[in-house]
Amino acid sequence: MSGTGGQGGPRAGAIHDIGYRHYDGPRLGLGAIRQSLAVHSLRGNFGLGRTARSKVMPILLLVIMLLPALVIAAIVALTDADKLPVRYPAYAINLQVVVTVFLAAQSPQSVSRDLRFNVISLYFSRPLTRRAYVDAKLAAMSGAVFVLTALPLLLLFGGAMLAGMPLWSNLRGLGEGLVAVAVLAIVLASIGLTVAAFTPRRGIGVAAIVAALLILAAVAGIVQGISRDQGSRAGAGWAGLMSPYSLVDGVRVWLFGGPSATVAGPPGNAGGLVFALVTVALVAGCYALLLVRYRRVTVS
Amino acid sequence: MITTGALTKRYGERVTALSDLTVDFPAGVTGLVGANGAGKSTLIKILLGLLPATSGTASVLDLDVRTEGRAIRELVGYMPEHDCLPPDVTATELVVHLARMSGLPTTAARERAADTLRHVGLYEERYRAVGGYSTGMRQRVKLAQALVHDPKLVLLDEPTNGLDPAGRDDMLALIRRIGTAFGISVVVTSHLMGELERVCDHVVVIDGGRLMRSAATAEMTGRTEQLTLEVSERSEEVAARLVAAGVSVRPVGSLLELAPVSDETYDLVRDVVAELDAGLVRLARGRHHMLDLFRDGAP
Repeated sequence: MSGTGGQGGPRAGAIHDIGYRHYDGPRLGLGAIRQSLAVHSLRGNFGLGRTARSKVMPILLLVIMLLPALVIAAIVALTDADKLPVRYPAYAINLQVVVTVFLAAQSPQSVSRDLRFNVISLYFSRPLTRRAYVDAKLAAMSGAVFVLTALPLLLLFGGAMLAGMPLWSNLRGLGEGLVAVAVLAIVLASIGLTVAAFTPRRGIGVAAIVAALLILAAVAGIVQGISRDQGSRAGAGWAGLMSPYSLVDGVRVWLFGGPSATVAGPPGNAGGLVFALVTVALVAGCYALLLVRYRRVTVS
Repeated sequence: MITTGALTKRYGERVTALSDLTVDFPAGVTGLVGANGAGKSTLIKILLGLLPATSGTASVLDLDVRTEGRAIRELVGYMPEHDCLPPDVTATELVVHLARMSGLPTTAARERAADTLRHVGLYEERYRAVGGYSTGMRQRVKLAQALVHDPKLVLLDEPTNGLDPAGRDDMLALIRRIGTAFGISVVVTSHLMGELERVCDHVVVIDGGRLMRSAATAEMTGRTEQLTLEVSERSEEVAARLVAAGVSVRPVGSLLELAPVSDETYDLVRDVVAELDAGLVRLARGRHHMLDLFRDGAP
C-alpha cells in the first residue's frame, strides 16, 4: 500500500499540509440541536441565510402586511384621532389573503425542500430525532406567521400611543390581538406544514395550501352570509368553524368577549368551547399526521 | 470498531437484504465491497441505528445499534450515496448548520466547517450556492458534512460514484488521508474492488447479503500479486533470464506477468532489462487482483 499523501498532486498537497485538528469541545444535547434547527428554519422562512431569490417572496409579503398598519399608524398619529379605524384582532383577518400566501409559499420551502432534495438523510443520520425535527419545524413556522401578524399590531399600537389614545384600552386590545395571532400562527403552521410534508413537489404544495385556505375561507364567508340573511345568527356562527381564520377568531371571542371580526362569532359560551376544542383537535391531528409522515421517511 | 453477529435483515417474506452476517470491521480504512443490491446500504443503515435488523446483533464503537442509535450518530459521520444537498444555500452555510445539528456550539461549528471544507478541497467556491456545483464539488460537500463534527468513524456510501477518473483518484487519496492523517476510521463502500485495494487496510466482501471474505488487503492481494512488464524488444530472452532467476513468468499477448512481487524482483527486472538493452516500456503492478480473486470463487 502506498497512500501516504502526495499522490493528489501539488494542489492537493497544499490543501492537506494545513493539518487536521480534532475537536474536543462540548457536544450539545438534543434540546440545543432542536432549538438550533428551529432558529435556522425561522430565518429560512424569511429567506435569511438563503439566496437572494429566496428572500424576495417572504420579504415582499411582510412589507405588504406591514404597509396598511404603517399608513394607519401615521394617519392616526398625524390627525390625533381618538380611535383606531381597525380593531387589533381584526387586522390579520382582514389581510388573511396575504397571510395565506405567505404560509403557502414558505411551508413547502421549509419542509418539502428537505424531502425533495433528500436533505432529510443528513438530518436523521445525526442525533436529531424525527419528533424533534417536527417540533422545530412547527415552532419555526408558527414563529414566522406570528412575526408576520404581530408586527403590524405593534405598529398600530405605536400609532395609537403617538395619537395620545388611552393606554389601557389599547394595551388590552393589543394583548387580545397578540394572543389571537399566536393561536392563529400555530393553527396555520400545523395545517401548512402537514400539507407541505405530504406534497414533496413544491408547486403542488403551494397550490394545495392556497386553494384549501382560500376556498375554506370563501365557503365559510358565503355560508355565514347566507345564514345571517336568513336570520340564523347561530348558523352563521357555526359556519365559522370551516375556516381557520374564523375558527381562531371564535376562540378569541370566547376567551375575551368582544365583537367577532367575521360575520358572526360562535353561538354562546358552549359554541365558543366547541371552537376551542376544534382548534386543539386540529392542531393535535396535524401534529400526529406529521409524526406519522416522518416516521415513514427513510434515510437513503 | 464495528462488530456484527448473525445479522439478518429481511424485507417482508421474500427479500433478504442481509443474511447471517458475522464480521468485524477493524480500525483504519475498511472497504465494503459488493455488487449493487449486495446489502451494503442496508448494513450502513442498520449500523446508524436507522433500520432495525430482523435478527442478530451489531455494535458500533461498542454501542448497541438497537438501543444506542442516537449516541452512535453523535460519534459517526455518514456520507449518503445519493444526492442530498439543498441547492439554495452556500456550502459554508450548509456545513455550519449541519455541524450544529451534530451538537457543536455556534463558534465551533463555524471554525470546524471552514477547516473541513478546506480539507476536502473547497475554497472560494464555498461561498457560492450549492445548486451550481459540479458532481466532484458536491461529493466534497457531502464528505465535509460527514467529517465536520470530528467523528470517530465515517461511513462513506459509494463516494466515488459519478466522478471522472481524476476526481476518483482525488477522492480516494482524500479517503486515505482521513484514515491516516486525520486518524478517523473509515468504512467505504464500492461496487468496484480495484479502486478500494489502493486505499483500504482491510476489505470485507459481501454478495447477496452474505459474507464472502473479510481480510487485510495485503493478505488478500498478496497471494496473487503480480507485475506486468512490457519491453520493446527481446521479450523472449528477458522472460528466459527471469525464469532462470526463479521468477514465474506468464506471457499475456505482448506483456509478461511476473510473480512473486518483491524488491528483489524489481531489482532483477531492472538488471535484466539493462543488460539485454531490451527497452523498458512499462512496469506496473497488476490492478484487478481482488476482482480476479472474487471471480475465481476463492474462499
